[in-house]
Amino acid sequence: MSVLIIADLQDGHLKKSSNSVISYGSAIARQLGSEAYVLVLGTCSDDLSALGNFGASKVYQLDDASLAVIDPKVYTQVIADVVSSTGARVVVFGNNPTAKAVAPGLSAKLGAGLVAGACALPDTSNGFTIKKTVFSGKAFATVSILTEVKIITLQPNSVTIAPVGGIAQVEKLSVSVPATARKVAGVKKTEGEVPLTEADVVVSGGRGMKGPEHWGILLDLAKALKAGTACSRPVGDAHWRPHHEHVGQTGVQIAPNLYFALGISGAIQHLAGVNRSKVIVVINKDPEAPFFKAADYGIVGDLFEVVPRLTAAIEKLHAEK
Amino acid sequence: MKILVCISRTPDTTSRIAFTDNSTRFDETDVQWIINPYDEWYALVRAIEIKEKNPETVLHLVSAGGPELDAILRKALALGGDEAFRIDTDSKDSYTIAAHLAALCHQQQYQLIFTGKEAIDTNNGVLGGMLAELYPAEYVSLATQLELSSDGCTVTREIEGGEETLTCPLPAVISCQKGMAEQRIPNMRGIMGARTKPLHVVTPEAVSPLTSIVQYELPAPKAGVKLVSADQPEELIRLLHEEAKVL
Repeated sequence: MSVLIIADLQDGHLKKSSNSVISYGSAIARQLGSEAYVLVLGTCSDDLSALGNFGASKVYQLDDASLAVIDPKVYTQVIADVVSSTGARVVVFGNNPTAKAVAPGLSAKLGAGLVAGACALPDTSNGFTIKKTVFSGKAFATVSILTEVKIITLQPNSVTIAPVGGIAQVEKLSVSVPATARKVAGVKKTEGEVPLTEADVVVSGGRGMKGPEHWGILLDLAKALKAGTACSRPVGDAHWRPHHEHVGQTGVQIAPNLYFALGISGAIQHLAGVNRSKVIVVINKDPEAPFFKAADYGIVGDLFEVVPRLTAAIEKLHAEK
Repeated sequence: MKILVCISRTPDTTSRIAFTDNSTRFDETDVQWIINPYDEWYALVRAIEIKEKNPETVLHLVSAGGPELDAILRKALALGGDEAFRIDTDSKDSYTIAAHLAALCHQQQYQLIFTGKEAIDTNNGVLGGMLAELYPAEYVSLATQLELSSDGCTVTREIEGGEETLTCPLPAVISCQKGMAEQRIPNMRGIMGARTKPLHVVTPEAVSPLTSIVQYELPAPKAGVKLVSADQPEELIRLLHEEAKVL
């Protein structure tokens, strides 16, 4: 019996976001009195034994360059083989685009119950139940997984578990990788920006920014915070900012540790995309803006005066560190 | 070409979220129901565009649930589509519904199946991937563009930190998100026409669920916003650093 954690690679390196997923999977393994194994699919030049720091006792690597294309059919087949050879009873993914492509098919293939977007450790005292967000962050559901093998995708920034220290044993796997039926014509990376769904901090602007020519102060703040940048729907629709920055019910849903809303009133559709953020800061000159009700911190004032001073204060804080 | 669009019924975004029966059931009192926005704006409209371009396309719609779904299916038929199916089930388990959909796919032999990227009430986004495994078909998740080609389809989809454009053979299940199409509003001719389009009720074979919802809960209310004076924005940074510990 073991917990199998799927690590994510980007350009041949482990993604930092995998660390918290491994820590989470390892915590489940400790809870069940079993071992945590990590599965790395593809070519990776990092020291995989270092994943022991996050509680993994073993890292399996399938060093096959064709796995750079994430084909759900191929991935589900390969992961299903590893689940059966390692006797894994729980499979853990980060809830990211890879998991969204692969975990559902794996669930159907193995007949293993899946909880997508878990936000807490499971309760294993009586069966196996786990909490996830529903209604776009407006509620939680506790879901019982009824099958022997369980699959969980973990919502980013939802569970924090401290590293436990240790060195993992690394084992190369020789599993045959089926051929893919798809051809990748091109990949376009979001250049130089922090991808929104992975950002720890997000700075977002609304109509209160008054026009695209004023975005400089927002970008400066984002740069000081090493933050991703986002916008409200009206801003995206008016082409002040690119569409992929639109966060909200019908845009991107994010759950950063810190969300800055500059000149956004906080319509319910916008909140549905950001209310899973840990800390929300709202800056708006209208004290009646509904967003203040959902915020943790706020400043009622002119963002054109406030934001540059925030940027300066953050730079000062970094300089002191 | 035969296309299926999977749609679900969700509470309108502005609905009050509350639970009954000891928090085991969603409280439907005064809830305004809509077609799940991803299913309607992106999946259904893209399928309709394909049919408009290739009139010989057969476009079917499907939803899983009780008779309360009929109004939503009629609304979807008013936008476009030839026939609708309602799989008569009260199951909320994604795998069970995917298995029912796979049975319909086997019977009807669809080449292209559209879903929205997730339902805004369950926030699962797993139905399409499960269906693709069971049918079986290619699965393309989080798609933002799709064009048909002689040997299949060309799809752009979201991946970690960017976008990927790929070609794959049919049959394929496509989960759709923003970018795929633009929202439409049904016109009077569509609404009138939808009344007479076939709406079949399918009694599914029994399937064992893989999961069940035990309980719902509402998040603890926020402590309330802590306001910082606009004259001292530096204080906000201090609070975020020392109190909230997020900087």
